[in-house]
Amino acid sequence: MKSLVTVLSAAAVTLASANFAFSARTDLVLGVVLEPPHLDPTASAAGAIDEILYANVFEGLTRVGPNGEVLPALAESWDVSEDGKVYTFKLRQGVKFHDGSTFDAEDVKFSLDRARAENSVNAQKALFAAIDTVEVVDSQTIKVTLKQPQGSFTYNMGWGDAVIVAPESAETNKEKPVGTGPFRFERWAKGASVSLARNPDYWGDAVALDKAEFRFIPDAAAAVPAILSGDVQAFPSFPAGDALAQIKADPRFSVVVGATEGETILAMNNAKAPFDNIKVRQAISHALDRDEIILGATDGLGVPIGSHFSPANEAYEDLTGTYPHDVDKAKALLAEAGFADGFSATIKLPPPTYARISGEIITSQLAEIGIKLEIVPMEWAQWLEQVFTNKDFDLTIIAHTEPNDIDIYGREGYYFGYNNPEFKAVMAELDQSSDPAVRNELYRKAQHIIADDAVNGFLFQLPKIGVWDAKLTGLWENSPIQANDLTKVRWTD
Amino acid sequence: MIVYVTKRLGIGLVTLLLASVVVFSVLEILPGDPARIMLGMNASPDALEALRQEMGLNQPAPIRFFHWLAGLATGDLGRSYTYSSPVIDLVRERLVVSLPLALISLFLSTVIAIPVGVYAASRNGRLADTLTMGAAQVGIAVPNFWLALLLVYVFAVGLRILPSGGFPGWSNPVDALQGLILPAVSLALPQAAILARVTRSAMVETLGEDFIRTARAKGLPRRKVLWRHALRNAMIPVLTILGLQFSFLLAGTIIIENVFYLPGLGRLIFQAINQRDLIVVEGVVMLLVASVILINLVVDISYAIVDPRLRISQ
Repeated sequence: MKSLVTVLSAAAVTLASANFAFSARTDLVLGVVLEPPHLDPTASAAGAIDEILYANVFEGLTRVGPNGEVLPALAESWDVSEDGKVYTFKLRQGVKFHDGSTFDAEDVKFSLDRARAENSVNAQKALFAAIDTVEVVDSQTIKVTLKQPQGSFTYNMGWGDAVIVAPESAETNKEKPVGTGPFRFERWAKGASVSLARNPDYWGDAVALDKAEFRFIPDAAAAVPAILSGDVQAFPSFPAGDALAQIKADPRFSVVVGATEGETILAMNNAKAPFDNIKVRQAISHALDRDEIILGATDGLGVPIGSHFSPANEAYEDLTGTYPHDVDKAKALLAEAGFADGFSATIKLPPPTYARISGEIITSQLAEIGIKLEIVPMEWAQWLEQVFTNKDFDLTIIAHTEPNDIDIYGREGYYFGYNNPEFKAVMAELDQSSDPAVRNELYRKAQHIIADDAVNGFLFQLPKIGVWDAKLTGLWENSPIQANDLTKVRWTD
Repeated sequence: MIVYVTKRLGIGLVTLLLASVVVFSVLEILPGDPARIMLGMNASPDALEALRQEMGLNQPAPIRFFHWLAGLATGDLGRSYTYSSPVIDLVRERLVVSLPLALISLFLSTVIAIPVGVYAASRNGRLADTLTMGAAQVGIAVPNFWLALLLVYVFAVGLRILPSGGFPGWSNPVDALQGLILPAVSLALPQAAILARVTRSAMVETLGEDFIRTARAKGLPRRKVLWRHALRNAMIPVLTILGLQFSFLLAGTIIIENVFYLPGLGRLIFQAINQRDLIVVEGVVMLLVASVILINLVVDISYAIVDPRLRISQ
């Protein structure tokens, strides 16, 4: 009798655990704010493309991991020559594209040559600018020779713009993306969603999800009920900051605040009077009260920055104390610059909420030192044309979301018009070096230079607010690049 | 009748041609370089130039206009810059959402509004009239997006019997209809409120006419007079409003589409404007102009059907 009970209870336990194993869900609906214009990451700057396809459908030689580290992907390993100019990548074997064709060194050569070609429409051609030649050694080995050493080369190859595509499908990737990743593209219902399904022939660890659907939910007011009703189970970049308290209080959801690569700045036109005067820029920097701006624009979730660098980076220097909030000092500096009575200027604001709200707060903060700002709201297309391309602006607010983009301060003709040979020299040195310690030291130097020059008003690092079902694990906390990597995502119960 | 319809058709064609000139010129003036928007802030000048070349943006405006017009005449709306697929396909994908949504809303609004309006008119000045018209006034004042959010919180978040938004496609018609119920109701109620008021005032006016008294004096029952004689004669303003509402429902529903993240025509235009996908904006706007002209034509013809006097005088 006793043994029967044991057998039965053992059976019950087995059943229960089997049931448990089967009960874990394998489908996931994610909410994203923006619909991608098309699905080819090598032909557009739109972050919305990478948010769906990066690491899921497309892979590069290397990839960027959850904390911004460079990991091997289609290249299993690589060797760098003594002079730092020749990279030999050993490619993974047995990799197939989703259309069944085999991946080999020819595909790598094709992809890199295509991206750097004269008529290429790759949005980040600069990533490939250092490449001199790409040679196929054998089907599993590729040799890339650079014109000069570039310390960030393997990192660059991990960008979404550097993913490997097949010659047979490159032209049709915009509509029907074919990659090597753990998910294959299923369907794009325009205006509604993109669906992915597990790739059974994947070379790496199988993913836990069978199906993933990215649903486009542009309206913050719609995002809240979508997640509360369970129709959408994850919102990796949640647009409605002011509804967070309600969601946080609900044990069904996890709310994870992480960091993005988005340095939000009050950009000043350094090439135009009076902003060409460092005293004016310093006065403005002193007049800014970061805490107030962060509270208003990001519900207090943004991390203050004092230069153009992500606090998540190991080379980060905290320079937020360079120009502390000090209205008297700001007024004094302004008087020294010859504007004792202040002056009038315009501030052009692009559509994102962080820019519009920060703009209003900054307008009132600068009014305290006598600078009267006229707010000019504009849509993206106008902003890109007037401010970014034609440099027709005094002040603007914008988050620079590309990772590691301090080099823009050394760029010729860049919109905020900063020109400092000392800074350019640091950038040139940085390009020559692949030693991480040396590079970090140079990055620190660069941060100091632009902070001291008060090139722009450095405000805050844009937060990444992730909201998802508490039973989900494996989604990224930070966003070192714009991506929603689903390879480690699974349901627990 | 044939003369009447032909005349309307002719006016429609001229309007269409004028609209094409206006639409194209307005979009030419719009600031913003489509190539720059697609390639973003870090794009190199030669990549931008390559893309402009690929999209045919380097040709002068008049040439592009005539190419486009010639395309329109043959039913070819061109290809989207951003989606790189034919505009007509994009429109077709959106119409499977927008058209059923517009029709359901229009149907709901009509079946609610006309009985309410007729009833209120028959009780002119009494309590029932005051109450229903008061309710209609509230219905007009309530913004439809607010109503939409309220419905979402009640039926999707609270009761969980309907989806909070999205459109699963028509492969499963039950799911598709479920996805359209809340948006249709949110659109229909404010429209119904307007329509009910219009119906009531037209009915009140008609009910004061001599022929109604004659019909009653002839011994016709009240109901019959109300629904057969009075309503038919009160239909002209009601039809006018219905026509306007249908035009609005086809493309003016962007706010409701956003609240329910529906892939409708309104959002297509909105996205296309933001992306400076001019060829899409031009194509869709022209289609809308054409559909409004068509709807007006139908309304004009139905005037003639409900009111024989119009047939003779024209």
